Amino acid sequence: MNERVVDARGLLCPEPMLMVKRAIEAAGSGTIKALADNSAARENIKRLGQSQGWSVEITEENGDYVIILKK
Amino acid sequence: MKQKIPIILAGTTVGIAAIGLMQAGNPANMGICIACFLRDIAGSLGLHQAAVVQYMRPEILGIVIGAFAVALIRREFRPVGGSSAMARFLLGFLAMIGFLVFLGCPLRMTIRLAAGDLNAVVGLVGLAAGVGAGVGFIKNGFSLGRATPRSAVNGYLFPGIFIGLTILFLAGASFIVASEKGPGAMHAPVFLSLAAGLIIGGLAQYSRLCLVGGIRDFLFFRDTYLLTGLGVIFTVALIGNIAVGAFNVGFEAPIAHNDGLWNFLGMALAGLCSTLAGGCPLRQLVASAEGNTDAAVTVMGLLAGAAMAHNWKLAASPAGVPVNGQIAVILGLLIVVGFALATITSKATTQRGVVDERASS
Repeated sequence: MNERVVDARGLLCPEPMLMVKRAIEAAGSGTIKALADNSAARENIKRLGQSQGWSVEITEENGDYVIILKK
Repeated sequence: MKQKIPIILAGTTVGIAAIGLMQAGNPANMGICIACFLRDIAGSLGLHQAAVVQYMRPEILGIVIGAFAVALIRREFRPVGGSSAMARFLLGFLAMIGFLVFLGCPLRMTIRLAAGDLNAVVGLVGLAAGVGAGVGFIKNGFSLGRATPRSAVNGYLFPGIFIGLTILFLAGASFIVASEKGPGAMHAPVFLSLAAGLIIGGLAQYSRLCLVGGIRDFLFFRDTYLLTGLGVIFTVALIGNIAVGAFNVGFEAPIAHNDGLWNFLGMALAGLCSTLAGGCPLRQLVASAEGNTDAAVTVMGLLAGAAMAHNWKLAASPAGVPVNGQIAVILGLLIVVGFALATITSKATTQRGVVDERASS
């Protein structure tokens, strides 16, 4: 099982969403771990994942948001 | 639907505040306009000398302080910076020129729409065109680069300045001037404006309300979360305008001009700049209050652009758009498109975004 990592830290929307969207399209299914450092990016990634039918889990790690998307 | 509660709450509050503040004395078909109010603040600090548009708008002070407070409470205050400061200043500067050629930011555009001002429809089409172009550049690799964490004190600078300005303003500091006539002299009572700003700032932080973002996310992903905010503000303000008898359909409207070409191009420039910079003026204020020093630089660009728009006679008035303003919009579009293309080309040799694949057991 492959895990893709998308590091969107330091980026403002829409770039984080674009990166996650491309990862979702490339992966099709599996696990994507997205890193973000602002709440707007965190929420947008969450909404994007849910809209594409992925389950979304959010945790915090060293001050960054870790968004795990699974399908 | 449940997910949209924050944005619906924020949109409703902004819509009610806009109508209420107009009733209480703020300029007609405006209520709240981040671009116009930053322009008034630039004037009140002596950055420009247009005597009719100078006032330390408490709404803006409140938005920054409200967003700062809520960001602290929600543990979302994160000092970051170091991403293309000069480019962000320029994008803010040029966005403001576009807004002041149209006469309003996306928030006032929505409020103008809700008052029946058909020029705002032209502005909306222009804004969408600019945002669409910005989305195209970003999809093709445009990026201002990553911000990195900063020390806390960096993040406190911007909200600190606004808290300081609020104290000086309330204390009656003599260097802060105010218009005696014109739109700058039209304002609601200070504490009402400040309270409205505090609430809007807090809710904007909570909901991440961004009007440029609304159009952008819809064009990008068909995502309607932020666009809902725009729709709710429009609907609430429309009902309010009808209720108070301020709804008049037509091309003749208060503090507006009906030169369609420049309404379109002004908002196209502003939409493009805002998209590349990551959000509308309201979002830039809120992000700055959350500790983003890059957004704070964008706000400084907006303020400088507002000052120069009047110093260089670029800003429109109900009489129309001055030739200087028309030239500035065309030059602005050329500069931003050139900058975006050059950024994409020069980025082509570097790795953008980290999407790596790792095997895990």
